[in-house]
Amino acid sequence: MTSFSKRSTQRRPSRTADILLCLYVAGETSRSVSALANLKKICREHLGNRYRIKVIDLLKNPKLARDHQILALPTLVRQLPPPVRKIIGDLSDTERVLVGLDIKSAK
Amino acid sequence: MVTKKATPRKAVRRAIPGPKTRRLLPKALTGIQGLDEVTGGGLPKGRPTLVCGSAGCGKTMLAMEFLVRGAQESGEPGVFMSFEETADDLIQNVASMGFDLVSLTAHKMLVIDHVRVVRSEIEETGAFDLEALFIRLALAIDSIGAKRVVLDTLEALFGGFSNTTILRAELRRLFDWLKQRGVTAIITAERGAGTLTRQGLEEYISDCVILLDHRVDNQLSSRRLRIVKYRGTLHGTDEYPFLIREDGISVFPITSLTLDHRASGEVVSSGVPTLDKLLGAGGFYRSSTILVSGSAGTGKSSIAGHLVAESGLRGDGCLYIALEESQSEIVRNMKSIGLDLASLIAKDKLRFHVSRPTAYGLEMHLASIHKFIVDYRPRVVVVDSITALLAMGSVAEVTSMVVRLVDYLKANGITLVMTALVDTSAASEVSGVNVSSLVDTWLKLTNAGKGGVRTRTVSIIKARGMAHSNQTHELVMSSNGVVIRQLEATRQES
Repeated sequence: MTSFSKRSTQRRPSRTADILLCLYVAGETSRSVSALANLKKICREHLGNRYRIKVIDLLKNPKLARDHQILALPTLVRQLPPPVRKIIGDLSDTERVLVGLDIKSAK
Repeated sequence: MVTKKATPRKAVRRAIPGPKTRRLLPKALTGIQGLDEVTGGGLPKGRPTLVCGSAGCGKTMLAMEFLVRGAQESGEPGVFMSFEETADDLIQNVASMGFDLVSLTAHKMLVIDHVRVVRSEIEETGAFDLEALFIRLALAIDSIGAKRVVLDTLEALFGGFSNTTILRAELRRLFDWLKQRGVTAIITAERGAGTLTRQGLEEYISDCVILLDHRVDNQLSSRRLRIVKYRGTLHGTDEYPFLIREDGISVFPITSLTLDHRASGEVVSSGVPTLDKLLGAGGFYRSSTILVSGSAGTGKSSIAGHLVAESGLRGDGCLYIALEESQSEIVRNMKSIGLDLASLIAKDKLRFHVSRPTAYGLEMHLASIHKFIVDYRPRVVVVDSITALLAMGSVAEVTSMVVRLVDYLKANGITLVMTALVDTSAASEVSGVNVSSLVDTWLKLTNAGKGGVRTRTVSIIKARGMAHSNQTHELVMSSNGVVIRQLEATRQES
C-alpha cells in the first residue's frame, strides 16, 4: 500500500501533459497492481509523453468514491481532455482501453 | 416447557429451535401504518428485505418512509442509496408527504447518496469488483451511525455493467456484507415477467420479501401489498390494500391477524323495545356486528335509524356512512317515523359520511372511513348499505373490505350496523355480499303481499349469544316509529 502513496502521482518527463488519467483503486490488490502495470504499458506504447497518471486509493480517501461517482474498481477516468471517459476493469484488453479512452495511437 | 432451572435462559434459546426462538426474532418497526401489524412487528432487524413491484407501485415511497419513520420514531439514522433518482428529486418527491429530508440530513439522521449508473460512460476491460460501492456505503453508514439502509433500485446496476457474472457475485457479497454490518436494509427491485424480480434477486435475499402491486380494474386503481415470505415468523399472507396518502403509506387492515377481540357483555338497546324483547337479551351486545337484510322498502334503514337515535340519546357518538342517500334525505325520512336526527347532529352525537360508491376505489373508501373513525371516535357505525359497495369491486373484494372493517371496529369496541339489499328473486337467505357468517346478529326483513295487503315481517336469523325468538314477526311503521308485533296468523293460533 505504501508503494502506491509514494508514486501516487506518476509524471512523465513532459510538463505539458494534455491527457490526464486517474486510476481509482482500493489498496494494493493483485487486480489494482496489474491494472496499473497494464495502464503504464499502454501509455508508454501509445501515448508518447503527452500523459500523466494519477493513482487514487479510495481506502485512504473514501470520500472521493462518492464525489467522483466511482462504483467499480479498478476504474480509469480520463479527466483531460473532456469529455470525461470511464473504463473499468484490470485494463487487460489493450484495444478496448484505447477505444474507451478515445485516444489514437501516438505512433 | 424447557428445563429452565438447569440452564441459563440464553443458552436454552440458542440451543433449542422452536416456537420460542421464532418469537424472539428481532424486528425493526417500520412506523408505516398497518405494515407493522401485518408483519407482526416490522422487518427483520439487521437483515435485508426485498421490496419488489412494477414501476410506479410505491417501492421508493415505502423505502423512504421506512427511513423517515425510523429516524423520527425509532431514533435510527438511515442511508438512502439511490441508483435512479437524484437527491434533489427525492427531496421534492417526498416533500408532498410532509417528509423533510433536508432537515433530517442536517440533523445527521439521513444520508442520501445518488449513484450514477450510465452505461454509455462505462467501458469494461477485464475483471472488476464493486469495492467502491462498498466504500461509499460504509462511509455513509459510518458518518451518521446508520442502522437502516435502502438501496433503490439496485437492479439499475444491471443496466450499467455487461458482465453479469461479476455483478451477481458482487451483489451476493453486498448482501452478506449488509448482514455483517447488522443494518436493517430494504432493497428494491423491479418485478420481472414470471419472477418476483427481473434479475432474480429473490435468490439472494431470503429473509423477507414484500411484493407491491398497482392495478386498475373498472377504471379504479388499487394498490396492494403482500408478504411473499418472512422467514421464521408469523405474518399475514393476504394481499392487503394500501394507499399513498398525504401523510404517508397506509396498509389495511389496521388489525386482525387474529380473532382476539374482547367480547363485550354490555347490551345496548336497539331503540325498538319490542325488538329488544325478541332478541332475548334486551338488545344487541356492544361492539357486535349487526346485519339487517331485506329487499327494497322493507325498513332496513328505519331499523338502523332507531339504533342511531337510541345511541344518540344514550350519549354515544354515531357515524352514519350513507352510500345511497344524502344526509338531508335520511334526516327527512327518519323524521317521518318520529326520529329526530337533526338535533343529534346539532349535538355532535351523529355525523354523516356521505359518498357515492363510485366516487373512489374501495381502498380509498376504507381509508376515508378509517380517517373518520379516528377523528370522531364513534361508538356506533352504520353502513347503509354494503350492497352499494358492489359498484366498486367484485363480491370477493367487497367481502374482504367488509371483513376488515368488521375486524377494525370490533377491535375498537364499536358497534356496527350494516344494511344489505337483497334481490327478492335470488335465493332469499343470501345477502349479496357474503358476510352473513361473520355478523353476530342478522335480522331479515321481508315485505310480502297477500290478499291485497303487503305485510312487513322481521325474523331473527341469528343472534349469537342470545336466546332469541324463532318466530317471524310483523314490522309496523308509524309516525311514532317501528313497532314489532306478532303476525296475525300466529296471534290467531295462540
